[in-house]
Amino acid sequence: MKILVPVKRTIDYNVKVKVKADSSAVDLTNAKMAINPFCEIAVEEAVRLKEKGVADEVVVVSIGSKSCQEQIRTALALGADRGIQVETEDALESLQIAKLLAKVVEEESPEMVILGKQSIDSDNNQTGQMLAALTGMPQGTFASEVEVNDGKVKVTREIDGGLQTVELTLPAVITTDLRLNEPRYASLPNIMKAKRKPLDVKPAADFGVELESHVKVLKVTPPPERQGGIKVADVDELVEKLKNEAKVIS
Amino acid sequence: MSILVYAEHDTENLKPETAKVVKAATQMGDDVHLLVAGENCQSIAEQAAKLAGVAKVLVADNAAYGHQLAENTADLLVEMAGGYTHIVAGATTTGKNFMPRVAALLDVAQISDIIGVESDDTFIRPIYAGNAIATVQTADKVKVVTVRAASFDAVDESGSADIEAVDVVKTSERSSFVTESLTESERPELTAADIVISGGRGMQNGENFSLLEGIADKLGAAIGASRAAVDAGFVANDMQVGQTGKIVAPQLYIAVGISGAIQHLAGMKDSKVIVAINKDEEAPIFQVADYGLVADLFEALPELESKL
Repeated sequence: MKILVPVKRTIDYNVKVKVKADSSAVDLTNAKMAINPFCEIAVEEAVRLKEKGVADEVVVVSIGSKSCQEQIRTALALGADRGIQVETEDALESLQIAKLLAKVVEEESPEMVILGKQSIDSDNNQTGQMLAALTGMPQGTFASEVEVNDGKVKVTREIDGGLQTVELTLPAVITTDLRLNEPRYASLPNIMKAKRKPLDVKPAADFGVELESHVKVLKVTPPPERQGGIKVADVDELVEKLKNEAKVIS
Repeated sequence: MSILVYAEHDTENLKPETAKVVKAATQMGDDVHLLVAGENCQSIAEQAAKLAGVAKVLVADNAAYGHQLAENTADLLVEMAGGYTHIVAGATTTGKNFMPRVAALLDVAQISDIIGVESDDTFIRPIYAGNAIATVQTADKVKVVTVRAASFDAVDESGSADIEAVDVVKTSERSSFVTESLTESERPELTAADIVISGGRGMQNGENFSLLEGIADKLGAAIGASRAAVDAGFVANDMQVGQTGKIVAPQLYIAVGISGAIQHLAGMKDSKVIVAINKDEEAPIFQVADYGLVADLFEALPELESKL
């Protein structure tokens, strides 16, 4: 079967972000960018399913400007077979992304779409669920285990109280949680090979999707700073402060 | 402004988050309706009817909603969406699962994990792991919103709303519940606890988490963990506090053997008082801690327990 893996170019997770002085957005000038960590887990899972003989093709898609080809190449170096860049200069909202992905799903007819559960920039946690809704597919979100069997997939999901397992009829959408797997590192030969793998560029306009913006960002500000605290000398002083100064224990 | 709020429950009890989500909803408009969906959930409806500010409780009691599968729940909400200006749920794993599905089916955006309500169409939410705060305005006719419960106070239980049955059954053929394994605990729920004590990589192994238990019992606290502790297999992953785990804002948060990575801070830096116990005095956690104790946790924890 064919697996489609949407990936997103985001700021590297170790970077401490700065808000622009005009409060319009976060300043990404010269920031180190990378593949969103949850997307990397999605690629790894798809590649593992291929190695197990469950999947025969892994297609990676990213939506954005030319720079997101870097992240598609990263995914190809991790073992995906070919890439699609849906080219757009605009920063899109989850619903618009999901609509474009629904078109890619229509063209490619994958049996499974694996996405990250959220991107670490917008922290929305929406796209996979929206894609499932638009394509009429069932969804297995926050997956920590995926088991494909006979036209169905069993997904163990991380829920607030523990774990839940659901069974979905393929084609289905799965979103990855951190504990699904540990992504491999791309080896140098694989990075070289990835350069020769096919990567199609398709303008977003060609999909005939109305990309109307629903949400306006009025401002972006830094979070309130915490006052620097004090260091206590020992446990006695800590207990005394918590009781009498902070009054949070009795 | 009529607002439909999804009530979260475990069939026996209404989740404490719901009272906080109702608080957020009352800031969006006056006519707040609570939807209780589930199997054998009449007693939940009675608990929900007591929440102040709730005008009506709607009960969809059917096996189809027994495990809150996203497909069935989303279809139910979409069917009920007519007449509501807002559809609201907690940003729990349940709400996060079905709400974007509702939004897409209604062809509207979703505003995730709000921490403030500016007006009926303008909301405040954290982005970049809480390192920036965005104020966003939606132009959609129906606003689909998930709420970070930790950012709102609970409404009290002085209400007495009418309870009405909803006769809508939606069942997807393509998704079914198989099994569930829930972590058993006598302690308060992590996201609702007034005091949280969390362990990180510095705990060294799972057995050492018992050092936190005695303190947690004395303080009536919940026990949390950093991602490092979860990934190392010390504790179950539903205990994880952080950007990808649970977001908590208790009165007191005690971080033990946790360095304070961006992703962990995202989950706890709105706590009222933060205490850090760490032997590395350069650990970033000390920059957000109100009280820092540079000490070996294996000595400090037993001493702390004995002095509480």
